[in-house]
Amino acid sequence: MDLRFLDETPNEAEREAVDSVLGPPESGWDGGTRLDTDLRYARGGHAARDRRDLLLPALHAVNDRVGWISPGALDHVCRRLTIPPAEAYAVASFYAMFALQERPRRVVHLCTDIACAAKGSEPLRDRLAERHGPPGGHDGEVAWHESPCLGMCERAPAALAIEAGTRPRSAVAAPATPEALDALAEAAPDGHANGHGPGPAANGHGPSDRDRPAALTTFDETPLAGSHPEPDPADAVPDAGSPDHVLLRRIGRVDPLSLDDYRAEGGYSALREALRLGPAGVLREVSDSGLVGRGGAAFPTGRKWQATASRPDGPHYLVCNADESEPGTFKDRVIMEGDPFSLIEAMTIAGYAIGARTGYLYIRGEYPRALRHLENAITVARERDLLGDDVLGSGFSFDIEIRRGAGAYICGEETAIFGSIEGERGEPRTKPPFPVEKGLFGKPTAVNNVETLVNVLPILLMGGPAYAAVGTEGSTGPKLFCLSGGVRRPGLYELPFGATLRDLIEAAGGVPEGRGIQAVLLGGAAGAFVRGDELDIPLTFEGARAAGTTLGSGVVLVLDDTADLVATLVRVAAFFRDESCGQCVPCRVGTVRQEESLLRISRGADAGSEVALLREVGQAMRDASICGLGQTAWNAVESAVDRLGLFGAAPGAPAGKQTS
Amino acid sequence: MTVPVHLAPPKRLIDATIDGEEVRVPEGTTVLDACSASGTEIPTLCYGDTLAPRNACRVCVVEVEGARTLAPACSRKLEPGMSVNTDSERVRHSRKLVLELLGSSVDLSTTPRVPEWMERYEAEPGRFGPRSEPAPLGERDARRAGEHEAGDGSVAATVEQPPKIDNDLYVRDYSKCIMCYKCVDACGDQWQNSFAIGVAGRGFDARISTEHDAPLTDSACVYCGNCIEVCPTGALSFATEFDMRQAGTWDESAQTETTTICTYCGVGCNLTLHVQENEIVKVTSPHDNPVTHGNLCIKGRFGFQHVQRRGEGSARGAEKDPL
Repeated sequence: MDLRFLDETPNEAEREAVDSVLGPPESGWDGGTRLDTDLRYARGGHAARDRRDLLLPALHAVNDRVGWISPGALDHVCRRLTIPPAEAYAVASFYAMFALQERPRRVVHLCTDIACAAKGSEPLRDRLAERHGPPGGHDGEVAWHESPCLGMCERAPAALAIEAGTRPRSAVAAPATPEALDALAEAAPDGHANGHGPGPAANGHGPSDRDRPAALTTFDETPLAGSHPEPDPADAVPDAGSPDHVLLRRIGRVDPLSLDDYRAEGGYSALREALRLGPAGVLREVSDSGLVGRGGAAFPTGRKWQATASRPDGPHYLVCNADESEPGTFKDRVIMEGDPFSLIEAMTIAGYAIGARTGYLYIRGEYPRALRHLENAITVARERDLLGDDVLGSGFSFDIEIRRGAGAYICGEETAIFGSIEGERGEPRTKPPFPVEKGLFGKPTAVNNVETLVNVLPILLMGGPAYAAVGTEGSTGPKLFCLSGGVRRPGLYELPFGATLRDLIEAAGGVPEGRGIQAVLLGGAAGAFVRGDELDIPLTFEGARAAGTTLGSGVVLVLDDTADLVATLVRVAAFFRDESCGQCVPCRVGTVRQEESLLRISRGADAGSEVALLREVGQAMRDASICGLGQTAWNAVESAVDRLGLFGAAPGAPAGKQTS
Repeated sequence: MTVPVHLAPPKRLIDATIDGEEVRVPEGTTVLDACSASGTEIPTLCYGDTLAPRNACRVCVVEVEGARTLAPACSRKLEPGMSVNTDSERVRHSRKLVLELLGSSVDLSTTPRVPEWMERYEAEPGRFGPRSEPAPLGERDARRAGEHEAGDGSVAATVEQPPKIDNDLYVRDYSKCIMCYKCVDACGDQWQNSFAIGVAGRGFDARISTEHDAPLTDSACVYCGNCIEVCPTGALSFATEFDMRQAGTWDESAQTETTTICTYCGVGCNLTLHVQENEIVKVTSPHDNPVTHGNLCIKGRFGFQHVQRRGEGSARGAEKDPL
């Protein structure tokens, strides 16, 4: 391969950023100083191309350091990794958090997604536009963007600021009052200094953490000057400390940065049990538990693990899907921020069961604090022989690499995540072959959601059959629900399967006085609406299915009678349009046509003919799209039409298959 | 590749059903190949006979009994006992919508067979409303992932923009691009290994692009023209063809095609000369040729002017010409 590079050179900061990920270049062949000896040999080829999976980390390093990716920086990354510039550009331009045009170092992401819109993100957007120009533009000091769900729905509306630097810093404003938002959007007086000295601990656990030698994390723990401290992760769990909690029992009780705290609360006893049982024993317990995936697809975890473990070719890989981006979902964030060791322990057990040596933890780019807590947990676990060669003297070796997403919902799709990790565009792959046969790097791979994985800990401690006795026959174990919107105490709730929608909303104090429930969005943007008079739907996989809806990723978004449903649908449509990867026609163009049609309705067009058109487009997206994004892009709109009777159709028809 | 080299051990035969007819095919046969063999026609756009299927356009979808969604015929392999329906109501509906969605957003005026398929599936691309104005040159290439300007739905968004003319050999008219990925694959590791272009951006704003939207002359392009060879819509074309179409003189019915052997080197690539009014107007290569598989180099594909530069009726006229 005879690659042609640009004639742009990186500046010193860009070079340093790239070298911080890839190490210093060894010769002129990979971007270093050209020496006479370089003329006598050639370097590159497979050895360099095999490191293609470092493309995304290298792009992050530049974007984190400088705030955008210049042609010179991109070229340097390409030389270092032997990647054609057009391909690297194709990857960089796929992600919303990377900029390929110069912009200020501080970028504010204002969430304007469903939950935040319901809680008043619009005046905030107007405020930013007034002060800093239209979204995407910048006034030289700060750039701002409208963002899809930032995963802070329990304290909506939310905004996240990230400031580039040697170690980038972040801050959130949630709920984002106008004043808090102004603080985020104002460049700090020391805006160009960075990363010195310990500031107030950002994890909500006070000064005792200062004494601990912190692991070097990507993000500086000092929040941006002027910003408000981020609330404790446990604040997202209204009934934190409840004795009934299984998955959330440590949230708020332990310091998320302390392995000792974690172990004092029972941490790592599940791994010991797993090592005692052996891989086959773990597979048996997980199968017996009846655990099904909590990411939305509800596939039996035991079967997935069995299938991966039994594949003859290797190596096997584990991928933890922490790219939680479904609008309204924040459960994985709370676990990762509040109890990060539990995920590390669970991944170790999963790796042991499926015979993997390496696990990739793919976390969305919008979660700086969760990233920091996980990086700390991995470093500490390695120091204590809980990761790495010969885990706990068992002879089993396992390590975890973190890969950070960069703002692309589609990368949470179980095959798109492989492309993203491998340094390709995050485009879904056609199935078959399924990931258990050909997944990451073409090898057998088990992909599991964060919540799914942490369920493995109680399974091993209780035993599979005892776990299976919790919940219902078809839906076993505890379940997390992300409750947001118009309820008194929004937040993350853990209930055994079997509670009804009404039980959950009542546990959150119900809707505020004088309000009624117009609709509830179950399962996020890919889920479906149910009416306010359908609160007796049991929150189980089979109960939701029987009611013609889905639990999806556990989103319960309550829209009270003040919510603008048509505007909500337009936002859902805009979300799918923005997040489509663009690979297949039904999704790439269908999501655009769906949004256009809803916009016409919201401006008074004849709903009857528009609904007929929407049905036709929706059916083709559902039938012919490559992946779940396109296949579900019409679910919420369809349920609003058929179930809520939004555009004049008789309400109450089950949201099932429609003929056009 | 259409010319398999039979070195592998013989394949197991499997039985399946297509449209109620029993078929017996070697293991690994795709639905599309099985259908072609039995004479069932399936429309395809992004499928390339010399490239690995990308199954991006979805116009070839078929219904596999028991499957939740439709399957792309070009890449789904037949499995024992599989029952496939290539013309069910669901199949016809999706094909119609795919044609409508493409027809409403892309200029398909030079895409072969589309009018026939539009008629067959009763597609009406116009029902999504009037087309939006073409974007100014470069505007689409600067669009950010995950961000778009919401209009009011009064016009149907299109990918139209002015053609990109930055060299003497080809024109890139991305108003006609259906994002089939074939040019990227032909330029990349499937054939040419130049990697001059990739798919940049995301969603509706995804587009074929060089790095930073640089002109082709600044890119890694080696002008082999293999991307033109595989382009199904005419988004990539010879400058000669583009100019003649603009001038209204392009007339395929008046063209003859003659396959010969390239004289530039000893490899022996087959060239098909497309001649209109005694002028070579473009050069292709037979896809089933085991030497080229449809690919050529810059000389074979574009170096045909010398044949025509006789000057004053003398075969030696060209030698006198300083150019």
